[in-house]
Amino acid sequence: MEHNNTEKHGGSYTTLVLVWIGLLALTSITVTVAGISLGQYTLFVALLIAAVKSGFVINIFMHIKFEEPIFKVFIAVSGITLFVIFLLTFFDFIYR
Amino acid sequence: MINEAANPGEKSFYQVSTNKHTGILSWLLTVDHKRIGIMYLIAILSFFLVGVVIGLFMRWELMFPGKTIMEAQTYNTLFTLHGVIMIFLFIIPGLPAIFGNFFLPIQLGAKDVAFPRLNLLSFYIYVIGAILVLVSLFLPGGPIDTGWTFYIPYSIRTSTNVSMAIFAAFILGFSSILTGINFVTTVHRLRAPGMTWFRMPLFVWSTYATAWIQIIATPVIGITILLVIIERAFGVGIFDPALGGDPILFQHLFWIYSHPAVYIMILPAMGVVSEIIPTFSRRTIFGYKQIAYSSLAIAFVGYLVWAHHMFTSGMSDTSRWIFSLLTFIVALPSGVKIFNWVATMYKGSIDPQVPFLWVMSFIFLFSIGGLTGLVVGALATDVHLHDTYFVVAHFHYVMFGGTGTIFFAALHYWFPKMFGKMYNKRFAVISVVLFFIGFNMLYFPKFILGYMGMPRRYYDYLPEFASLQLVSTIGSWILAGAIFFVVGYLIHALYKGKKATANPWGGVTLEWHIASPPPMENFHEIPTITHEPYDFSQLKEMKYGE
Ligand code: HEM
Repeated sequence: MEHNNTEKHGGSYTTLVLVWIGLLALTSITVTVAGISLGQYTLFVALLIAAVKSGFVINIFMHIKFEEPIFKVFIAVSGITLFVIFLLTFFDFIYR
Repeated sequence: MINEAANPGEKSFYQVSTNKHTGILSWLLTVDHKRIGIMYLIAILSFFLVGVVIGLFMRWELMFPGKTIMEAQTYNTLFTLHGVIMIFLFIIPGLPAIFGNFFLPIQLGAKDVAFPRLNLLSFYIYVIGAILVLVSLFLPGGPIDTGWTFYIPYSIRTSTNVSMAIFAAFILGFSSILTGINFVTTVHRLRAPGMTWFRMPLFVWSTYATAWIQIIATPVIGITILLVIIERAFGVGIFDPALGGDPILFQHLFWIYSHPAVYIMILPAMGVVSEIIPTFSRRTIFGYKQIAYSSLAIAFVGYLVWAHHMFTSGMSDTSRWIFSLLTFIVALPSGVKIFNWVATMYKGSIDPQVPFLWVMSFIFLFSIGGLTGLVVGALATDVHLHDTYFVVAHFHYVMFGGTGTIFFAALHYWFPKMFGKMYNKRFAVISVVLFFIGFNMLYFPKFILGYMGMPRRYYDYLPEFASLQLVSTIGSWILAGAIFFVVGYLIHALYKGKKATANPWGGVTLEWHIASPPPMENFHEIPTITHEPYDFSQLKEMKYGE
């Protein structure tokens, strides 16, 4: 549709490359952390990093940051649902 | 047969092709939402009838103790196939794909859905998924025998064709997602001028809520299925405890989709009820906003209760009481709807036509299904009843008595609009009555049998269960008789039925303002909406009656 937007907002190659490098860095942190024993917190740290990464992908690569509010609402609803599902699953995972 | 002009000089959508082809190709390559809806109707109804026939065979086997007509292994594959067909090919796509496709755009005052081509694509994905199910039956290894829930570890270890069959479910999921995306976009973008959110008919509201579940929940089952296939093919230990996996994780993932999926099944049905009751009570719906919001509420809280299918699976005690509590809370928004429907009828001038009778039998059957749901939703009783016939009775009452009954209600309500023909109403009344009697004879004994300890998915049973099993089998003949009778007189009506008028029931939502069958692109010009959806004062200006 409005592809000019891509050029205008945050579409600059510098930003995209920076985000990409950021994502790679976070990936290597995930891998490194997996080797360190954090006990109970291993999973939480991994999930936190994954959440930050998807935040970047959704906002920049998927362009949601520059879209109408309605799309943000959509993403938020899906995100909240996912969060609730995770939360409820943890009641089994932690207390089993 | 049906493709006569609706009004003199006006061509119906049967007579105008959306592409350069005529004949069968004008259907197979159509992008018209109404034609796609009818193609879905034919496909889904056929699979439903196949499922019914399989059900009849199972009941035949269960008529007497011991082997009656088939081996145990055949029974295992039959209940699996019956479950897979009924769930993935009939009840999940049923109402949205057929009636949603046909009526959602019309009720919004639009010419089509937002993405007509995508709509056709999702139909073909459905067909491909269905073909894969069929192919999986004939490949070496034999038909899948895991039950429709594909539980680990058996589904990893059995030598039957699990991968192919569940891959079919994976494909079918895409059809569901695409339909969901299409409907959400249509509702947001294609409402006619004046069609504000709170002027949308409640069928649209419920289809909209359903579409959201289709989009958000379906990917979960997709990923789960892929994980099972990977585990089967490469022996990666994800779910199988022998390989270090967690079988309960599979159950979580399976039900994170499949529980919201029961709301994919029931929400559109509730929408249809909210259309039919005002029309035949000549009264605006009681509590429009509450019903609209309760659809969204059900769609959301539907995500919070999945583990009530797993009370006896060995998950943590904390989860068990949390999910039991949440399950009781979910009953509330459904209660809101039942209350509103009954309040709508109160002091209305009720005209008990055929669709209304189907809805009455829905309210009865669905209430039994819903209330017994609370029995299995309570921890202590579920330990006794889990995996018995009580559950089989419960889910047939909600799915078949609920959504299945409304499938027939919707078919009878909208048949004159879709095909421009009226069916024989006396036959129709007889069939509702037979359906109702057969249904209760078939499934009510299963509550008692389950309470007495008859396990589900068994092809044989103890002698003390024999008399109730026999009653149930006789019930299945009456029920199936009613269903085939319905199909018979509806097909007859297509050819020989009286011509239907534009508004035979005195409905006021937009589909009743246009010809039967509707013209191509529905409206000559996009209407401007000035009324509330169920404002029956409009009837004075509209012509209606047969
Ligand atoms: C005339 C119609 C029908 C008959 C005679 C029938 C009969 C049966 C029987 C005998 C079973 C197996 C019980 C057991 O051994 O555990 C069964 C299971 C089942 N039925 Fe039906 N049924 C019918 C319609 C439906 C409909 C309309 C639906 C869905 C909307 C449905 C969904 C299921 C499911 C999901 C199962 C469980 C399969 C499994 O255990 O994996 N059935 N049905």
